[in-house]
Order: sequence, then C-alpha cells, then structure tokens
Amino acid sequence: MMYTEKVMDHFQHPRNVGEIENASGVGTVGNAKCGDIMRIFLDIDDNGIINDVKFKTFGCGAAVATSSMATELVKGKSIQDAMEITNKAVAEALDGLPPIKMHCSLLAEEAIHAALWDYATKHNIKIEGLEKPKTDISEDETEEEY
Amino acid sequence: MPKTIYLDNAATTKTNPTVVEAMLPFFTENYGNPSSVYSFAAKNKIVIDEQREIIANSIGAKTNEIYFTAGGSESDNWALKATAEAYKEKGNHIITTKIEHHAILHTADWLEKHGIEVTYLDVDENGLVSIEELKKAIRPTTILISIMFANNEIGTIEPIKEIGEIAKENGILFHTDAVQAYAHVPINVDEMHIDMLSASGHKFNGPKGIGFLYIRTGVKIRSFVHGGAQERKRRAGTENVPGIVGIGTAAKLANASMKERADYEIKLRDHLIERVLSEIPYSRLNGDRNNRLPNNTNFSFQFIEGESMLIMLDMKGICGSSGSACTSGSLDPSHVLLAIGLPHEIAHGSLRLTLSEETTMEDIDYVVDELKKVIENLRGMSPLYEDFLKKQGK
Repeated sequence: MMYTEKVMDHFQHPRNVGEIENASGVGTVGNAKCGDIMRIFLDIDDNGIINDVKFKTFGCGAAVATSSMATELVKGKSIQDAMEITNKAVAEALDGLPPIKMHCSLLAEEAIHAALWDYATKHNIKIEGLEKPKTDISEDETEEEY
Repeated sequence: MPKTIYLDNAATTKTNPTVVEAMLPFFTENYGNPSSVYSFAAKNKIVIDEQREIIANSIGAKTNEIYFTAGGSESDNWALKATAEAYKEKGNHIITTKIEHHAILHTADWLEKHGIEVTYLDVDENGLVSIEELKKAIRPTTILISIMFANNEIGTIEPIKEIGEIAKENGILFHTDAVQAYAHVPINVDEMHIDMLSASGHKFNGPKGIGFLYIRTGVKIRSFVHGGAQERKRRAGTENVPGIVGIGTAAKLANASMKERADYEIKLRDHLIERVLSEIPYSRLNGDRNNRLPNNTNFSFQFIEGESMLIMLDMKGICGSSGSACTSGSLDPSHVLLAIGLPHEIAHGSLRLTLSEETTMEDIDYVVDELKKVIENLRGMSPLYEDFLKKQGK
C-alpha cells in the first residue's frame, strides 16, 4: 500500500465522523465529478474557540484520512489558530501523502476555510486572512501528457 | 490476517503450477538459443513450434500465423502501427471504439498525431458496439477495424462475428484485442473473419511477459522489432523460450477446460450478481447481463468512492479493482464507464470482481457479506448520501 501507517490508521479509524446539528459553520468543497467531496461542521463558542468539529467525506483513502486529521488539528483551537493550519501541516501530520494525493490535503484546508467562511457570514464578522472559498478546487488541475 | 480471496483475475491470474513445471527446464538444462546449430539448442526451435501449433489449433489458425510477443500491449501496438504503415497507399482511416484498452486507445492517439484518422465508435448502455454505426463509419480510406473481443472492465462480449463479416464485405482488415477473451470463450478466426488477434499469457494462468499476435496469411504487415530472423523475420529477438513453453502449456490446459470452467464461473458470477443487486440498495450491474465474460462482474454503488472501498475490502482479504479516478492516477474515472453513460460520481463508485476456477461459492457469500458492511460504513460518512437522505425525507 502506498499510504503511510498514519494515513491507514486515520482511514480505518476516522476521528470525528458525523454531523453537528445547528452547526456554527458548515463548509462543503470538491465535486463528485473528480471523486472528492468534503464537508466540515464546526461548533464555535462565544470566545471563538472551536469546541467541536465533525466531517463527512466522499473520496479515496487519502481524502478520508486528511479530513480526519484536519478535524483533529482544529479541535479546541481558536479561529485564528485554525486559520494557520495549512494543507502541508495536514499532510505532515499524516507522515506524508503520495504526490498524486496532495490535492486531498488541499481539500481539507479548503473545507475548514469554507466552514469558517460560513460561520463568519452568518455572524457578520471578518476573519483575517480568510477569502471566499472556491467551490471546486480541482478546476485548475490538468492531466499530464504522455 | 483473513484468508486472501483473489477476485481480480482480469488484472492477472495465478500461474498454473503445471505451467511453471513445464517452463523450469528451459531456464536450466534447455537454455540454448533456438537459433544455434548444435542439437541441444536447436531442439528448442521444435519446442517453440509445438507451442505455436497448440495456439494455432485453439483458434482455427495455421501454425505459421502465430507470432509470439511480449504480451497484449505489444500485440496491439504492432497490429495498429504496422497496419497503418503497410496500408498507407490504400488509406489512412482506422475504426475502433471508445471502450478499448489503453494499449489500443493510446496507440490510436499516437497514430492520429502521425496522419492517421481514427473513428471511435460509441457503445450502448451495456457496452455493445452498434453494427449500424460501424457500417456508417466506413470510408473508402478505411484500412482497419480494431474492436476488442470482450471488454476488460465490464466484461461485455462484442458481436465479433458480425463485425468480421462487415469488415470482410468491405475489404477492410479486422483486428481484435482478445486479451480478456482468449481461452475463456470459444474463438475461431475463420468463422469470425478475424485477420489479427492479440492475446496475453497471464490472463489464462500462463506467465507474464509473453503473448501472441495472430496474423492471417496474406496480411502484409511487417516487422515491429527489427533485428534477427526470429518469428519469420517479423519480430526479432531471441525467443523467450520458457515464456513460450509457459503460454503454450497454459493455452493447452485452459482451452481443454474452457467449457467446464465457464459453466462453473457463470454459476458463481450469477449468484454474486443476484445477491449484490438484491441486497445492496442503490447498486447497479455494469456491462451486458448476457453477452458477458463468464468470470466478470462490475458494479456501481452510489454515494461512495471506489478506492476507499478497495482498501476496506483489502482489510478483509478481498482483492478487487475499481474504475475510480483515484485508482487510475488521473482525475477522470474509467473511460469505459463514462462511455456506457454513467455520470462521473457513479463511475467513481465502481467495483470489478473477476472470478477464477479456484473461487468458491463460500468465497462469494463471504465477499457479499463483507461488501455490504463496507458500503454501509462508507455511506455513513458520505456527504452525498447525507444529502440524498435529506432529499428523500422531504
């Protein structure tokens, strides 16, 4: 198997799978056409701390594992700290991803940003450094010529 | 670790121990170059021709019409490229289909960059080529029709005899990629008007790295590999004697047991199909229900992705394959599943399980039981399923 032990562990035992009813923010990214959809639910308290986080993912082993790891990384963090979690950090926390699966970690970062954007919009606040998420991050990718 | 249940026999098969045994002396005692003069080596020339005869007989061909190659991809490359070269005076048009193996599609793509025009025929929802569409695609410049005997993903068997008749009536060469079909279903090159046929040893319990191309006498394609005088000067290189003995032995065994094996596999296959379709909601069978390889099943399960399914099945000892993008190394799912009209998201959730004579009814039941759990688990974490259920609720 091309995946690290950590990826396999998070795939087999994904953390924080599920939904949050009346979540503070929900973000969905990716598209079914490319085979990856990630949805993240955030429960954020009055102090701006992410108390709880859940995810649902349609995708490959790496997509499930990066979703799981991303939720672990943002849980208990402040919004600003959560903003600093990059796709690279998610991939590193999983001891790396195969090159063709790096876009999965990007999807995890985008899903968190999308959920935060939803939260910010609902509460009419501005989160520093947060931009309106792209709904489909795979648009720019092109296939290799051979 | 659970017992391994290998259901990926369309990818490759286990080499038959009898085949391995037959091959072994040709690595050690009988290692001589068949082109050498001294008797111990020259005997290998006779051994090679014996294998050629076994294969020729199995498809109703003549012994000197069988050319050994390194496998299916080489045979396909050779048939297309050499035909385009040899018949360029006659025309520059080739007809094939959208569901061919990449060994054909990428070769056709390459030929298009070198002045050849290619028509890629559509297939229907079951993967069948339309004879009417084929007739319409024929031009005065058409030199070759290349249509696979049976599809490697969805198992659909094409109407080869009718295609052969059309080719013959129009004076066009007919090549078929029979990599999945040879030694699994009956083939007769004369009855089916086949001019060239590709096959590969490891798809019928022979070794990897050996295949053959049947070329009908009179078809004037030339050498693909230049060099020595091997294979009637059409495919140079010292013969892979152990491989040739392997493919010959495997062909003999597989053709002898074909009928019995197919009956057995069909029984298991139909049981698998019935259980999956009746017990797993939002599932479908891909490929033609009846015109189908005896050992092939291919399903799509809505709301889930194929690679996740394969990894979870692997943890239960079950080996299968999928047409999802993640398993192909590109962003697009299988071109075959798209060609039969599946939307991307359903193509991503496909699972191919291909049986062998070693598969048992117990294996099938275990696989369905585990598959049900895997699918339920993955649907439980799928946002697509969540959305679907919410819509249903309304």
